[in-house]
Amino acid sequence: MTGTAIISALAVWGAGWFVNARLANSAAAQSRLVKLLVPAIFGVTLLIMWELLVRMLEVSPVILPPPTMIAARFASELPILWADFQQTIIKGAMTGYIIGMIVAFAVAILADRSDFLTRGILPVGGFMAALPIVGTAPIFVRWLGSDWHSKAAVVAVMVFFPILVNTVAGLRDTTAMQRDLMRTYGAGYWATLFKLRLPAAMPFIFNGLKIATTLALIGAIVAEFFGSPTVGMGFRISTSVGRLALDMVWAEIVVAAIAGSALYGLVAWIEGRVTFWHPSQRK
Amino acid sequence: MDEESQGERVKSLLPVLTVVGAILLFWVVSVVPMNMHLTADLAQRQDIVVTPDTPVARQDYSGIGLALRNTHLFGMTYTLERPRLPSPHQVAVEMWDTIAMKKVTSRRSLVYHGWVTLSATLLGFAIGTGLGILLAVGIVYNRAMDMSVMPWAIASQTIPILALAPMIIVMLGSIGIQGLFPKAVISAYLSFFPVVVGMVKGLRSPDAMQLDLLRTYYASPSQAFWKLRLPASVPYLFASLKIGISASLVGAIVAELPTGARAGFGARMLVGDQYGQPMVTWAALFAAAITAAALVGFFSLIERWTLRRMGMHAA
Repeated sequence: MTGTAIISALAVWGAGWFVNARLANSAAAQSRLVKLLVPAIFGVTLLIMWELLVRMLEVSPVILPPPTMIAARFASELPILWADFQQTIIKGAMTGYIIGMIVAFAVAILADRSDFLTRGILPVGGFMAALPIVGTAPIFVRWLGSDWHSKAAVVAVMVFFPILVNTVAGLRDTTAMQRDLMRTYGAGYWATLFKLRLPAAMPFIFNGLKIATTLALIGAIVAEFFGSPTVGMGFRISTSVGRLALDMVWAEIVVAAIAGSALYGLVAWIEGRVTFWHPSQRK
Repeated sequence: MDEESQGERVKSLLPVLTVVGAILLFWVVSVVPMNMHLTADLAQRQDIVVTPDTPVARQDYSGIGLALRNTHLFGMTYTLERPRLPSPHQVAVEMWDTIAMKKVTSRRSLVYHGWVTLSATLLGFAIGTGLGILLAVGIVYNRAMDMSVMPWAIASQTIPILALAPMIIVMLGSIGIQGLFPKAVISAYLSFFPVVVGMVKGLRSPDAMQLDLLRTYYASPSQAFWKLRLPASVPYLFASLKIGISASLVGAIVAELPTGARAGFGARMLVGDQYGQPMVTWAALFAAAITAAALVGFFSLIERWTLRRMGMHAA
């Protein structure tokens, strides 16, 4: 039984790999369709192998549920998943993200007027961004209660530093020549800021915003491990793990993956719209 | 170049100290309003005059409002045993007590807990980095692998992988693997993808001209790898290592949270939280921050030394 399971899984792997190798080395390898098809085949191959091995080796669903079981659970628990999504992503992560972003922009613009402050903020902010800030979650839960306010606070602190550092660095990214040109136009500080320096800083700012999307989800989910109302993705994950309902945990992880990619995609899409002039956006 | 960067560093020392000083000042000032309600309750029990004089009436005031009416209590807000916000000196004292004054084998020593977390971090980081570099080499040399795996590696960076932590612990626990290894798996997982993405970029950084030059030398593919691609990828490797090591540490800490671990920084934070000992939580938090800073600083040092030896610049 074990032998057949492993052989059939290997056969699936071989077949998937064969198709992908043919596609990747074919003349059509640069076409859009193939570029999407190859990773899709790879993903599907892994899922089939997972399903086969779990079913044929009779792995207990307490250790690893098969993908079909996770899909079934996902479909049947949609209302709960939707409620958790609203609590964690919309209320916790998005609110915190927006607060952290606005504060970071405000501090960056204020600090930007002084070269002295800028030189202090860049290294300190970069240092803070590398720290395990998510550890402040228990403190915020104690201060602001277990509802989404404490999660938003954790997220705001987590996203603040990467956005701040990138914005400050971006605002410095104009040459003396460009600034002189603005001065010959008779542009003051604010006109220079809005017409030259902010647009020039946009690629940096969006880099920070994109890093921050993942951090926001991590902060909101992990903070719920420290206490939450009886709804939320982190709450559902930790209680489902306790009840050994791993298919529910996987369903929540699918939601987290979709939400993370969608948020990132949204920010990247706005970036494409705003910084269409930048070389990295050229097609 | 070197003297210049030295000068640069001296020039930014004062601004950095100013910013750090401003953060500390903000913290010290915040202690008063944050702890005022607790202090007022305590002061009343010690028969000190407090306005207003009932806890219910005090609830109507904000921390700042209450502080302005009870300026004589300012000193007390800094010496509470269980403050909402401890002052910097209280955290420093707690850290001194638990780091320097306890035997490192004691369960109350932060060094002991730090080592528990750090060992999982380092083991996981080593596994994740090793596998990441191997996969990156595979991706650079195999088109099918590149097209199959790379989109997933990039997409996985937008996913909150940390959410998997509780499940991985339980999964490995139910097949009998406990202790250090499950935490290391999460650390490895978190450092894996940044290393893959960074190394692929680095191994591809030599341009067509350089690759052509090697071809005119009649260099074999393995020579091209060892003499051009690998050295060229070093700045990218260090950039990813610095991201990976802090991600690994966060992974190990979070892995300790939902599973009732008894040792490690994460366990200390949880214990402090559950037993109402804020100082324990704060000390663990700062110890974790110092550890992260030390790890990143360590890799920066090696990076600077290596790149200088190789005559290169940071990526």
